[in-house]
Amino acid sequence: MSDKAANEREVVIEVKDLVRRFGNRTVLNGINLKIYRGETFVIMGGSGCGKSTLLRHIIGNLKPTSGRVILLGEDITDRYGSELDKVRKKIGMSFQSSALFDSMTVGENVSLPLREHTRLDKSVIDIMVTMKLELVGLRGFENLLPSELSGGMKKRVGLARAIAMDPQIIFYDEPTAGLDPIVAAVVDKLIVDLSKKLQVTSVVVTHDMKSVMSIADRIAMLYEGRVLEVGTPGEITNSRNEIVQQFINGSPDGPVRFFQQKGDYLDDLTQ
Amino acid sequence: MKNPIRETGRVTLKLMAHVTAILALLYSTISWSVMGPLRGKAARRQSIFEQMVFAGVQSIVIVFFISLFTGIVIAMQSAYQLKQLGALIYVAPMVSISMARELGPVFTALVVTGRVGSAITAELGTMKVSEQIEALETIALDPVRFLVVPRFWALMIMLPCLTVMADLVGILGGLIVGVFNLELNAYRYISFSFDLLTWKDVWTGLLKASAFAGVISLISCYVGLDTRGGAEGVGRATTLSVVISFILIVLVDCVLTGLFYFSNV
Repeated sequence: MSDKAANEREVVIEVKDLVRRFGNRTVLNGINLKIYRGETFVIMGGSGCGKSTLLRHIIGNLKPTSGRVILLGEDITDRYGSELDKVRKKIGMSFQSSALFDSMTVGENVSLPLREHTRLDKSVIDIMVTMKLELVGLRGFENLLPSELSGGMKKRVGLARAIAMDPQIIFYDEPTAGLDPIVAAVVDKLIVDLSKKLQVTSVVVTHDMKSVMSIADRIAMLYEGRVLEVGTPGEITNSRNEIVQQFINGSPDGPVRFFQQKGDYLDDLTQ
Repeated sequence: MKNPIRETGRVTLKLMAHVTAILALLYSTISWSVMGPLRGKAARRQSIFEQMVFAGVQSIVIVFFISLFTGIVIAMQSAYQLKQLGALIYVAPMVSISMARELGPVFTALVVTGRVGSAITAELGTMKVSEQIEALETIALDPVRFLVVPRFWALMIMLPCLTVMADLVGILGGLIVGVFNLELNAYRYISFSFDLLTWKDVWTGLLKASAFAGVISLISCYVGLDTRGGAEGVGRATTLSVVISFILIVLVDCVLTGLFYFSNV
């Protein structure tokens, strides 16, 4: 996608100079991002680079030390409670651990947002639940409890719950983590299908390179709390940045060091 | 070497932050309870009902046995003293008054802390570490309204009820000793139990029970929602919530007893 085309599209998420510190540690250090309507945007980066933290700032669960977050045209940086909830009803989130409510059945999990936020009749809600479960390929599983499902099925139920309210943006936190390659591919396909069928914007946080390349319209590479590079999968693959290259090739040697010990090795040994 | 003054200050600040947060939780629980129904966002009756069954109905057996044996023990212990004064019949009011004023509310609260408070912390703690609390927030549902309010009111309603039952069962325990061991007349025992029992004895006891219900529900919910660090964290949080609730129950009991003792309410 060229810059010109990008400028003509509606921005649904804008992150401006986002900084977040936990104590003395700076986790996010001046993030700037624009995400456009309808695209599948992948935020990738190594473990601990702050990508999940960034996602939590975008949905308003964490508040930045400085900088602003604009979600669907509303500045949510200083919003709490019901003010924030108004915007949250327009988004859906699929969690890394699925985060299904253990005490509720699959059907109750998916219908919860509908029962709480709409005045729809129970029969209508039941139909909507069936439709959402059909979309993720789990129709007929309404009465099972989350503890009776496999990891991949839980992820998909979590996804059905995320799309229950027909959100404009769906966020995915590590959608393929902990899944076998086939189920991971199924989930990837689901993400692509959903964004096509429902015309939603998808924001995916992951470090699974195979998944990134198969779903992304655009990719942002995060490193040490900064956005290193943003581009299409093609642009990222051909990037000259050594860190990006090391990451996409998954090589142990390069500018990103695996060893993160503090102090001198010799000192530690001779102490 | 850590600076002891700095450490004391650090711990005090941390403690103050927790106290403030617990008071904030109390405030938002009350405001959701009052404002929620007005805005059409009341806590679901069904979930309050479920919690009442869990906290109240399912605690009946354990509260029954604890207070029965407590009644028996006080009857025997006070008979040992009163026998020497030749005032054996005073065992009856001794049991009824101490059950109503003190032992009924306190023992019930301690039992409910162990059975219900720990379960609340473990449940909310598990929800916290498995991202379920965050999931609730993300689908625009307030965890206080959704989880804390039903548990708070369930305990607020059920703990005084359990306390009334504990008082009566304790008197029954005393009666067993009085009739079978001290050879007192059952009818006389019962009428004497209630004759010397004043309204103040009963309502101060029930007021204590409500205060304990507040302590148990707020502490166990707060510690649960503040859980960090996986399965181990849940275990630690559960222990912590029971320990804090126990200490606070005895502390609040001490303060309230002092208040009732020194004021002539």
